Amino acid sequence: MMTSGMFTNYFLPGIWITVQVTVYSALLAAAVAFLVGTLRTSRLWIVRFLAGCYFEIFRGMSALVFMFFLVFSLPLMLRWQLVPMWAGVLALGLTYGAYGSEIVRGALAAVPVAQREAGVALGFSRSQRLRRVEIPQAWPEMVPPFNNLLIELLKGTALVSVIMVSDVTFAANLVRFANNESAPVYTLLLVVYFAMAFVLTRGMRLLERRAKAGVGQEQPRGGLLRRGLHEDAGEGAGALTAGGAAR
Amino acid sequence: MNWDWDVVGDYMPRFWDGVQLTLQALVLGSLIAFGLGLVWAIAQRSPYRWVRWPVSAVTEFIRSTPLLVQLFFLFYVVPEWGPSMSPLTTGIVGLGLHYSTYTAEVYRAGIGGVPQGQWEAATALSLPRVRTWLAVILPQAIRRVVPALGNYVIAMLKDSPMIAIIGALDMFGEARSFSNETFTSEAYVVVGVAFVVIAYPASVLIRLLERRLVLTS
Amino acid sequence: MSSPADTPEIPPTVTDPPEPAVVTAAESRAAGTELVRFDKVTKRFGGTTVLDQLDFSVAAGKHVTLIGPSGSGKTTILRLLMTLLRPDEGTIRVDGALLTHEERNGRLVKAGDRHVREVRKKIGMVFQQFNLFPNMRVLRNVMEAPVHVLGLSKDEAEQRARDLIELVGLSEQLDKYPSQLSGGQQQRVAIARALAMRPQVLLLDEVTSALDPELVAGVLDVLRDIAHSTDITMLCVTHEMTFARDISDAVLMFDKGKIVESGPPDKIFSDPEESRTREFLSTVL
Repeated sequence: MMTSGMFTNYFLPGIWITVQVTVYSALLAAAVAFLVGTLRTSRLWIVRFLAGCYFEIFRGMSALVFMFFLVFSLPLMLRWQLVPMWAGVLALGLTYGAYGSEIVRGALAAVPVAQREAGVALGFSRSQRLRRVEIPQAWPEMVPPFNNLLIELLKGTALVSVIMVSDVTFAANLVRFANNESAPVYTLLLVVYFAMAFVLTRGMRLLERRAKAGVGQEQPRGGLLRRGLHEDAGEGAGALTAGGAAR
Repeated sequence: MNWDWDVVGDYMPRFWDGVQLTLQALVLGSLIAFGLGLVWAIAQRSPYRWVRWPVSAVTEFIRSTPLLVQLFFLFYVVPEWGPSMSPLTTGIVGLGLHYSTYTAEVYRAGIGGVPQGQWEAATALSLPRVRTWLAVILPQAIRRVVPALGNYVIAMLKDSPMIAIIGALDMFGEARSFSNETFTSEAYVVVGVAFVVIAYPASVLIRLLERRLVLTS
Repeated sequence: MSSPADTPEIPPTVTDPPEPAVVTAAESRAAGTELVRFDKVTKRFGGTTVLDQLDFSVAAGKHVTLIGPSGSGKTTILRLLMTLLRPDEGTIRVDGALLTHEERNGRLVKAGDRHVREVRKKIGMVFQQFNLFPNMRVLRNVMEAPVHVLGLSKDEAEQRARDLIELVGLSEQLDKYPSQLSGGQQQRVAIARALAMRPQVLLLDEVTSALDPELVAGVLDVLRDIAHSTDITMLCVTHEMTFARDISDAVLMFDKGKIVESGPPDKIFSDPEESRTREFLSTVL
């Protein structure tokens, strides 16, 4: 039988590891997403091409296979061993960052050309334009798909259990081995993941509201209007590509 | 740098066996995902709350929890009171079930994108509900969701190595057992390259399809 | 009672004495010819009352045009008749049968789907946006409902569809998809599609509003033809006043969910009694 001791002794530490892996790989993924995403809008074709290659390779790559490559192939080839948890974080961050770069690129492309031109007219440099004009305006567009991606990432963290990181899935497997009762263990495990996803979604919704309000305050009319139009035009197709890109 | 092409050569026969199994899982999993997703999507438009509500709850739950854990559940828990399935069958059912909750959203958007006037015209002609769905709504909805469904097939391909964890010998499963037997690691690289090589042309194809659809609609 | 399937074949019979097409409920019941009747129908959207305790009826074979400023509830009447909307209060009868209600143990209750569908078959509708099925060729658009609703054989339905498509002048376009046709052609197919069900009442909802100006005449000619050569009852919402004058037996002027004025077209257009009618006509004529 499941006992409370089992939960506190195995599940809780596991949940803590899962949270850590999620946070670290989300940070890495966000950094990769913004870097690669903005590079994919670069004026230099070679930069666009290389960033595009990164996107295509990691979009096609299975995170699980990449994890095994990092843990088993890399040490043999380079004689350099990664701690399993960091191998997991690296694999998740790099692959989910690739999806994220598509979100960043799409949102930047949706910023009206006039805004870019206004930035040029004001004498901003390219990086100033990105930081002060384009990214702040694209941000509210990014938050909802980032939410989807974060849930996908949370689900993806279960993979680290396979490379011996003692996350909550690993803990559940241990418990199952120990007392051979799989039904309560895996049911509880599913509920734990669902609860974490629920909390994340709530948090992201708060962020979404604040992001929208932020744009509204900075430019009350134009900002809101632009969003409204965008939603109307892209209702069907937008939802679909967002779903597709979020994977 | 340690790299042995002979190891790669030794692995290749088993790699091809694995590719076959991966593709088999992918095709059958996709069929389940396409069919079941449509069922979810239509059920969520039911006029009855007692149909809509449980379907939404179940699909939301499946979508928010890891496929890997669902595979464990199907493989270790379900046989306690239900059918006992081989690793491959479990994997196919798991992939199909998991992705059906995504295709359901795709269908939902596609169905929602069919103009209200089409429903009204069907009402004005008194078309029965089943006929309205089969002859009017679905042909229009499915046409525009094909690229999105294709994207999920690619996503499913990338998640397919998870079925190796419960013991299926797909291309990753073959790589794992080969590497464990021979204390080598080249096989993982081969499989990694294989994923990119399969996924890239597929995604190019889907983008072409998307563009054609935009042009014709 | 004539069966809906026979209607278009009956030779033109609208030669009755010039009795008013729109008469009070009591009068028309006595005459026994009313085909559509609204009894104290109220429809609200949120807080706004679009139709307010509306009473009116249309005699069989008559052509009635509804005019009035936008938002006056004209289109709502057609949509209620087509059961795309349900009334909040009041009842609608079509050919004597209650449309969205049923009488059970002497009490009025909401009708089941089957009842609604049965009564609805007497009504056809042509929409502002055509609403052809884009995934079907012209011929199949027209055949679909006769085959799957009326249960006609494929051959019968095809013959009927071909005749109607010829009637609207599109025999050359049988195998095209709607997207390959002009707006005017699409609307003519939509008219053929509605007629293929042999409805007793044809509802026309601003059928030329979405058309480029040069395509309007072709559609109106087809409708004039149908109005003059069949005894089908028509309820028409339009901004084409010349057309309304040509085909109507009666015109109803609406404002704010109520009938302001009704009468034969000559009277309404040339010598309206109400100031609101005059105002409205001065803006559209």
